[in-house]
This record gives sequence, C-alpha cells and structure tokens, in this order.
Amino acid sequence: MQLLVNIVVLASIYALIACGYVMIYRVSRVLNLAHGELMMLGAYLLLATASLFSGHAAMALGAAVVLSVVVGLLVYVFLMRKMTGEMVLAAILTTVALGILIRGLVVLLWSAQQQYPAQALGVPNPSLVIGNARISLWSAVLVLTNAAVYGGLFAFLRFGRWGIRMRAAGQNPLLAAQRGIRLHSVYALAWSLSTLTGALAGILMALDSGLTTSLPVIGLKAFPAALVGGLDSLAGALVGALIVAAAEVLLIYYVDPLLSDVVPFLVLIAVLIVRPWGLFGSREELDRV
Amino acid sequence: MFRPMPRASGYFHTSYAQDLALLQTRTERISLLAFAVVLVALPFIASPFLLDLACQVFLASIGALSLMLLTGYAGQISLGHAGLIAAGAFTTGILAREIHAPFWLTLPASALTGVVLGLIFGLPSLRLRGLYLAVSTLALHFIVIYLGGEYETKRGFSTGIVIDPPAIGGFRLSDGRAWYFVLLGFAVASLLICINLLRSRSGRAWRALHARETVAEALGISIAGYKLLAFVISSSMTSVAGCLFAYYRGFVSIEAFDLFLSIQYVAMIIIGGMGSLLGALLGAAFVTIFPYVIESLIKLLPNVHKLAGDIFAVNYASFGVVMILFLVLEPLGLIGIWHRLQNYFLLWPFKQRPLASARK
Repeated sequence: MQLLVNIVVLASIYALIACGYVMIYRVSRVLNLAHGELMMLGAYLLLATASLFSGHAAMALGAAVVLSVVVGLLVYVFLMRKMTGEMVLAAILTTVALGILIRGLVVLLWSAQQQYPAQALGVPNPSLVIGNARISLWSAVLVLTNAAVYGGLFAFLRFGRWGIRMRAAGQNPLLAAQRGIRLHSVYALAWSLSTLTGALAGILMALDSGLTTSLPVIGLKAFPAALVGGLDSLAGALVGALIVAAAEVLLIYYVDPLLSDVVPFLVLIAVLIVRPWGLFGSREELDRV
Repeated sequence: MFRPMPRASGYFHTSYAQDLALLQTRTERISLLAFAVVLVALPFIASPFLLDLACQVFLASIGALSLMLLTGYAGQISLGHAGLIAAGAFTTGILAREIHAPFWLTLPASALTGVVLGLIFGLPSLRLRGLYLAVSTLALHFIVIYLGGEYETKRGFSTGIVIDPPAIGGFRLSDGRAWYFVLLGFAVASLLICINLLRSRSGRAWRALHARETVAEALGISIAGYKLLAFVISSSMTSVAGCLFAYYRGFVSIEAFDLFLSIQYVAMIIIGGMGSLLGALLGAAFVTIFPYVIESLIKLLPNVHKLAGDIFAVNYASFGVVMILFLVLEPLGLIGIWHRLQNYFLLWPFKQRPLASARK
C-alpha cells in the first residue's frame, strides 16, 4: 500500500514536469533541456516572495506562480524566439546554456545551501494516513494539482480557442501561419504554460522536502517519462510517468537504492530501441526532427 | 604578422605525392614551423600554472577533435561524451588499482573499452536521428556514470581511485614538462589521425551521410557501417583521452564526469565552429581557458573577499551567457570569425567584399 502511494506521488511529480516538455515540444519541436532549471527557479522565486509577503502564504504562492509565468515568457521573447528555424542541436544547446546560466544565477543569489520555503512561509507539512499508508500533505496537494493541471490542459487543448491554435501550430506551422495564427504568440504561450506547470512542480516539491540546487536532476529524470509516452502526447506523458515511476520505486525497493538515478534512463533506452516515437507519439515525428 | 594567403594561386601539382602533401605552400610550412617552435619552447619559459593549462588544453583538444569527427562531420549528435571519457579513465583506474597494470597495458585497454562503448552508443544511431539520438547518448552517459559510481562504492573507493604516475621503461612520468610533451604528442597524433581520416574514403562517406542519408546510400555507402565506424573511432579516441586524464590527474572520481563536462565538450565544438578541425582546437582552448580568465577578472574587482565563495557560480553563469551569445550571434563559431579575418586581409590593403556563401 505504501509502495502504491509512493508510486502515485512520484508519478505525479514526473507527470507534472513532463507535461512541460510535451507542451513545448508539441508546439515548437524544441526540446527544452532547461526545464529542470526553470522549475528550480520557480521554487526559488517562492523563497523570494515568501520573504516579501511574510505571513501571507497564499499571496506569496500566487506571486511566485505569476512570476514564473513571466520568466517563461521572457525566455521565449528574448532567447528562444531568435532560435526559430535554427538547427535542432543549436536550439537544444541554447536551452542547455540557459539552464547553466540559471543554475549559476540561483547559486549566486540564494547560495547552494538547502532551504526550506515551507518554514519561510510558515505552513506546516503534516503527514496524512490513508489506510495503512502515509502521505505528506504537500505530496497529496501535488497529486491533486497534477490531476487538475492535466484536466485543465486537456480541456484547453480540446476546446479553448488558443488551445486549438496551439495544436494547429504544432501540426503544421506554415499552414497555421497562413490561416492567420500568430506563431510567435502561440510559442510564447506554450513556453509560459510550460514554465507554469514546471514551477508548480518545483514549488510543491520544495514545500514538501526542502530546496537545493540539485532539483534540476529530478527535472532531467522526468524527461524519460515524456519520451516514453511520446514527446507530442499529453496522455502519453501521464502514462509514461506512471511507468517510469513504477519501475523506479519497485527497483529501488526490491533491488538496489543506488539505481534511483539510472532507472528512468534504462526505461528510456528500452523504449528508444523498441518504439522510438513512444507509446502514444505519432510515428512521422522521427524523420521531421 | 601573418598574412593569411589562399592556399596557392593555381594548381601546379605534377605528382600524386604533391597532391597528398598536407602542407602545400611555403607560407604554410613556415607558419607551421614557427608555431611548432613556439610549442616546443613554451615549457622552458612558461610557469607551472601555464604548463598545466596547456596540458589541459591538449587533453581537451583530443576529446573535442573526436567529438568534431562524430558531430561536425558525420552528423551524429552525442551528449554522452563525458561518459566515454569516464569509461577510459575508469578502465585505467580499475586496471591500475586491481592488477597494477602498467601504462602500455591500460592505454590499449582504454581504447578497447572505447571501441566497445562506441558500438553500444552507435547502435541507437542506426534507428534514431537528431534529437532522439542525442537523448539516447544522454541516457547512456548516465548508465556509464552509474556503473562507475557502483564500482567506487562496492570496492570502498567512494572518494575516488588514486593512480600512480605511469612508468615507461624505468622513466616515471611525473614532471610537468614531460607531461606537456607527452600530451602534445597525443594531441598532434589525434589531429593527424582526424585529418587523414577525413580526407580519405571514410571522411567522404561521413560527409555524404551527414548531408543526406538516402543519397549516400544510393551512392553505395554502407550507412550502418560508416555510422558505427564514426562512433567507434570517436569513442576510442575519447577513451584514450580519458586514460591520459586519469594519469595526468593521478586520481579518478565519478564526480569529475558529470553532465556539465559533456556540455562543455559540445560547447567546444559549437564555440569553435562546426565542421572544422581547427575550430575544435580553438574551441577546446577557449572553453578550457575561459574559467581561469573569469577568475582573474573577478580578482581585479574591488571587494574580492566577498565574492570569493561564489567564483564557481559566476563561472557557471558566465559560461552559460557566452554559450548563448555564440549560439545566437555567431553560429559559425570562432572559425567563422577567423575566416572573416582571413577574407579581410586577403587583398590587403585593398578592400574586398567577402563572398559569404563561397566560404563554408
């Protein structure tokens, strides 16, 4: 039972991060390797707003989320916009460089020590008991947030005006542009949505278990989840996260705790060998990349 | 001082030997000779610090050249370069530690590890392209690092493996100056290997499959064979660099081979300029020397003691900034700047309108 809860929590973490990869890849065919760092930045922004609005936990949370959306927007407008139409490798490396930059800045601004935003905000983190398993409050919130985010994104992409534009831009940018869809706005929206979900994941994880500069590692481990499900499929990211999380939790429990960092990548390689486009991805992606 | 010249103002070869010569004009011979004299004289005038820096540049150039071979010419993206260096270093460390293997045994053993890993890293490239290939090499990097870490903890070397300096025929290689010449020799050898591979059949095949796989296959080039060949050669050279790295440092630890090292190598070939061996060398020098430049710049600032603890972070951030600047503003890299300079001085003192597309 405890194992099951662990799997669900880890899967939610991975899924919440993975949907950021999927959003950007699906719309603009760019793999954002700075996602883990952007996620960490979101959590550190919470630390900043916590000292700014001390005593108003809800306000600090809201401000951090809004700020991280702004960060995503700025990243697109000032950086990734210039990489439109460049080589795949160049675009990926730009995000990698951005990640390095953010990591350096975070250490400069907040130091590399472990921080506890939950204490700064003054919110408790009691553990809840479900049946015979325990789950911390913020992990439970994370699972619920994940469900809400996925529900919201599905509805948005299916029915929202901008959601439909995003899907169109992802399917065929040229045709979409000719139908009067502003590609740059769509891409900017994708980037800000992606940092929003990433920051949510980072903030909730930091509230649950503290915050260090090694948080991006989790972001990188969530990437296999996105790829296992298919890089352009949201439902795939959910399933992929579940598979990766289950494999990780079970292998750690039954085989060796040291495996924790490699399991997602082992799963990734297995999927790349058998079905490179992922479980739910569309097959022609492979040649277009 | 140097006035870069076009290679020759015509085609005057009368024999195959002339055609195959690496240096074709007198200017090339003289400038190379001057450069060689500088390289040989350097260790006798330079400080130990500069000597160490030069050695690091040579080590990095071996890795950068091999990555350039793979990514710049054969077009196979790899984000797992640090894993290969780690593999070479760990092969050396394990052999030296467990069976006290001498230098002449660990070096070929590292190269062999590189060959095997190259085959494994290369296999996904038969099915995958572009982004997916990059991701699969990234995953393999993590697996290699995991295996190394597992060895360290299981054998109780959790802080790292200490290696004695190599002995070749009774001569112990521990002096900085001796190391300089050994590493210089290896770097020059790998440069020559790369040049000769690239101007022969294999190099042409790699460029063809980089440009368009279908056409290359139609021309009778074995795609799978040449892709694997590129991976195997590149990774065995990289593993040799790893072996040398282990001996040079005298110490192997898994922390030295994180993802950041892979990124640094990719940054070297990007900053240097894709598709040019000279670019790989320039990039290797740039990326290796860069942190030291930043450090000395920081020391020039006022209240240094305040920043002292953050030098690492400043380095990190400024490396990110420089990489972004190169990617956005100068995608051709240092070699692009070099070619522009050459073009500018071609008809000096007359101005020449550079033909942007002619030089590529």
